[in-house]
Amino acid sequence: MMSALNQHLGVMKIALRRMFTSPLAGFLNVLVIGIALSLPAGMYVLLKNTQNLVAQLSGLPQISLFMMMETTRDDVAQLRNQLARHEGIRGIEFVSRTTALEQLGKNSGLDDVIAGLEDNPLPDAFVISPAAIDAKSLEELRNELQQLPGVELAQLDSAWAYKLEAILEFARIAVLVLASLLSLGLIAITFNTIRLQILTQRDEIQISRLIGATDAFIRRPFMYFGALQGLFGGIAAWLIIALGLQLLKQPLATLSQLYSSTFTLQALSFSDSLSLLLFSVYLGWLGAWLSVARHLSQTEPR
Amino acid sequence: MIAFNQVSKRYPGGYEALKQVSFELAKGEMAFLSGHSGAGKSTLLKLIAAIERPTSGSVLVNNQNVSVLKKGALPYLRRNLGLIFQDHKLLFDRTVFENVLLPLQICGFDHRESGKRVRAALDKVGLLNREKSNPIALSGGEQQRLCIARAIVNRPSILLADEPTGNLDAEYAQEIMAIFNSFHQVGVTLLISTHDADMLRNSHVRVIALKHGEIQHPENHPEPVNSTGTA
Repeated sequence: MMSALNQHLGVMKIALRRMFTSPLAGFLNVLVIGIALSLPAGMYVLLKNTQNLVAQLSGLPQISLFMMMETTRDDVAQLRNQLARHEGIRGIEFVSRTTALEQLGKNSGLDDVIAGLEDNPLPDAFVISPAAIDAKSLEELRNELQQLPGVELAQLDSAWAYKLEAILEFARIAVLVLASLLSLGLIAITFNTIRLQILTQRDEIQISRLIGATDAFIRRPFMYFGALQGLFGGIAAWLIIALGLQLLKQPLATLSQLYSSTFTLQALSFSDSLSLLLFSVYLGWLGAWLSVARHLSQTEPR
Repeated sequence: MIAFNQVSKRYPGGYEALKQVSFELAKGEMAFLSGHSGAGKSTLLKLIAAIERPTSGSVLVNNQNVSVLKKGALPYLRRNLGLIFQDHKLLFDRTVFENVLLPLQICGFDHRESGKRVRAALDKVGLLNREKSNPIALSGGEQQRLCIARAIVNRPSILLADEPTGNLDAEYAQEIMAIFNSFHQVGVTLLISTHDADMLRNSHVRVIALKHGEIQHPENHPEPVNSTGTA
């Protein structure tokens, strides 16, 4: 057990030493991996922040239900009962046309104008708090309410926020596609680095095989190298993102102050950072594995 | 220990390196494998270590048919063999000590134990004082001895040597032979290929003579293969 551990530590040392035998090439590789990873990961962070912003601006969604002008009190009472029994509705507030007019006068300062009106032009209305707040259920609920008898118009507040969310969903998929493509690129980078390394170590591999090395033994230092390179690349990506966010912080603070908002950028969370590093380690490992497996199968004894 | 039974080897392209070769080598026996270059000596040794597979026939090592061994079992077969190559196959990016250490690392030996073993092996071939050198700084004879040290550090029961004295002058060749004899005395099975007529003439060791891929009989009275002598 100890000796197996020692062996792995020894192999790790060899991999590290190989990385530092050509520091510039190693650094460039790590940088390329870092940049390739920081693009999708950085976009992911911005996306997440935009989502937060949208959630903050839109608050809890509400549906305003405007009644037809000719509805009677009985109609309203009946509708209220119906709404109260509805499963998709959490709360109802009734705003009578008189109240609405008073509020309008108070809020807008148009008392004089309103006093001059012959008729109250405002309808009775319900303000409804839906139970589910995702875009799809809201839209469904709105459509359903629109169909109710006596309803003139069912209007979804903060509809723009939900449209934006749909756009963000699109962006999310774009990030995913970008991440997949760049991951393939990352595997290719590692594959190539390891291939070059194998070429310089060809004698060692051949001799080791002749004196009884298993494929696993031969593979190990290369896998460690690939994984370590992936780890360093992941760290580089993390630093690039952290730096980028730091640069955005000040202008954003000014901007949000102008809009008297308290929005602040959120960095990569701990679990996101961990996922980023693990993923990049895994990609490096995979690239190395593919590269060595290809070499070993090519040099198979007949 | 080693038994060939009607073994033929045809390389891709049709060249037939070995034809219907049969012989046995008992445990603890030492034998020379003689013949011109191209007679099939290297191929025969490669079949024992399963570096090549026979086209037909069976090769038994320790009663195990190595010609049908699975790929995953090959490393464990080779750990029981000591291979000595004509071109040494040393690694010039590490010291003499580390070259001999490699087989022990491959087997996962304990660090301290392997240091002792490496020094014992280097001592046996007279290279103990060169352990920190780079193999490139060694003479041809010393490189060959280093290759032997690497082959024996695992304490294999079988040693296979392909032209171990091929490029050496007579004095070095004798040193190497003395080393082989000392292994023979402690019960190691040895098969040594050579085209060195002097070496064959001056020893009383069994000779398996190959000519154009076939075994020449009788084995016990070898004809000098050529008169060029040592290089």
